[in-house]
Amino acid sequence: MKLRSAIYLASAALAFAALTLASTLPSGASDKVDPVADAKAFQKFFTDKFPKVKFEDFVNGPYSMNEDLYRQWQEKEQFPPYEFSLEMGKEMFSKPFKSGKSYEDCFPNKGIGIRQNYPYFDEKEGKVITLELALNRCREANGEPPFSYVKDEMAALTAYMAFTSRGKPMDIKIPNDPRALAAYENGKEYFYTRRGQFNFSCATCHVQSPGERIRAEILAPALGIVNAMPIYRSEWSGMGTTSRRFTTCNSQIRGVPMNPQDDEYRNVEYYLSYVSNGLPISGPGARP
Amino acid sequence: MRNMMQKSALVLALLAVVAVSALAAGSEDDFKAAYAAAEAANKEAGKLRNQWTTTAATLAAAKKSADAGEFDKATAAAKEAEALAKASIFQATSEKTRWKDLEIR
Amino acid sequence: MASSIRVRATASGETTEVQALIQHPMDSGFIKDAKGEIIPAHFIQQLTFEYDGKNVFTADWGGGVSKDPYVKFAFKGGKKGDELKVSWVDNKGATDTTTAKIQ
Repeated sequence: MKLRSAIYLASAALAFAALTLASTLPSGASDKVDPVADAKAFQKFFTDKFPKVKFEDFVNGPYSMNEDLYRQWQEKEQFPPYEFSLEMGKEMFSKPFKSGKSYEDCFPNKGIGIRQNYPYFDEKEGKVITLELALNRCREANGEPPFSYVKDEMAALTAYMAFTSRGKPMDIKIPNDPRALAAYENGKEYFYTRRGQFNFSCATCHVQSPGERIRAEILAPALGIVNAMPIYRSEWSGMGTTSRRFTTCNSQIRGVPMNPQDDEYRNVEYYLSYVSNGLPISGPGARP
Repeated sequence: MRNMMQKSALVLALLAVVAVSALAAGSEDDFKAAYAAAEAANKEAGKLRNQWTTTAATLAAAKKSADAGEFDKATAAAKEAEALAKASIFQATSEKTRWKDLEIR
Repeated sequence: MASSIRVRATASGETTEVQALIQHPMDSGFIKDAKGEIIPAHFIQQLTFEYDGKNVFTADWGGGVSKDPYVKFAFKGGKKGDELKVSWVDNKGATDTTTAKIQ
């Protein structure tokens, strides 16, 4: 009984907040999708909020938000925990499939130094293709079973590919195609939509509260947040993919996660990567 | 006299048993209805791709209580699950427009 | 197969700073797997760093040390070009050892 009244109260509060907010914010100006303007506003928001952080340092997430954490991380980077995964990924990448081909044959430039171009919008298929998806498609095209999107093998592969692109600026393109714009907009909507019993959106933590704590963790800013992926998380005692992070974020706020690489996740990765264009790839990363 | 007493006692006892089982059966029916409503609401939330983990957990707890015959407890849990599911539907529907309030412009 | 031990030793003045990263599951023996069964204890019990025939650092570990442990310490002495030997033994009796040149 108590819970139900609490929920009704929350709903009422939500409705009230909606009324007050609606009267103070400008009504959604033009409804035209303008990614260029979005990215500009997005980057300005964070650089204004953290004027002392160098632009390229936003990709270091919580480490750029806290001096003590930064020092510990610098020490650890001399012998980074993702080294083993990175080595495994390098080995896997050139090992031939049963078909005789290898991952090198599925990607431009043999897969070296191309991570910053993912995700991209495939105009033939009409959908966003992420790096993880492309890797599994490569496997399937060569008669191999796909890897789980949330386990070590996929993380090792993306770690290696990210490493070969380190320092290169994120370079996501949105073709002049209404479907691409729709995917981008869908990703943006996902990012700001509240979900789960905790009623959090991605923005709640990564736009409203970067640098602040949630329990014992320091929150990363959304700007550049995908640039460090995949990450070795001390919390996981291991490597994790973008898919793993998206799905676990959902369940942490008590929302049932979708399947890895479902449209919403591909689109939000597309959005987040695009608005971080220009920031260097820093993956694979290490996080608390 | 004694026979009469025994007979009435028996009748009373039978009546009592019938009454109790009627109550229990009513409880089970209540549970079934509440559970069905909760499941339906959660399914609806699923169509909106916005289910909560706690809804599923509460539904499971309701089922567990029902299997143990604790129908009052089970019905209460089922009603809570329904409330959670409905809240998740409300969240999904209102967020369709509300998300823009959080957007950086 | 590559060694499980990565080590880097740098001599600076009178001291040598050593960092090592060791690949090991370090299972405590308390964690259950997805099926609910205990993952058996499997961890390094002793880690030693040897220079010039002497142990300059010894670690006696238990299950409380995390997976893929990282160690950093400094010792007095050590010259550039000299060798540092690192070895470990785990509770299953497995061992590994490697030698690195001090930079």
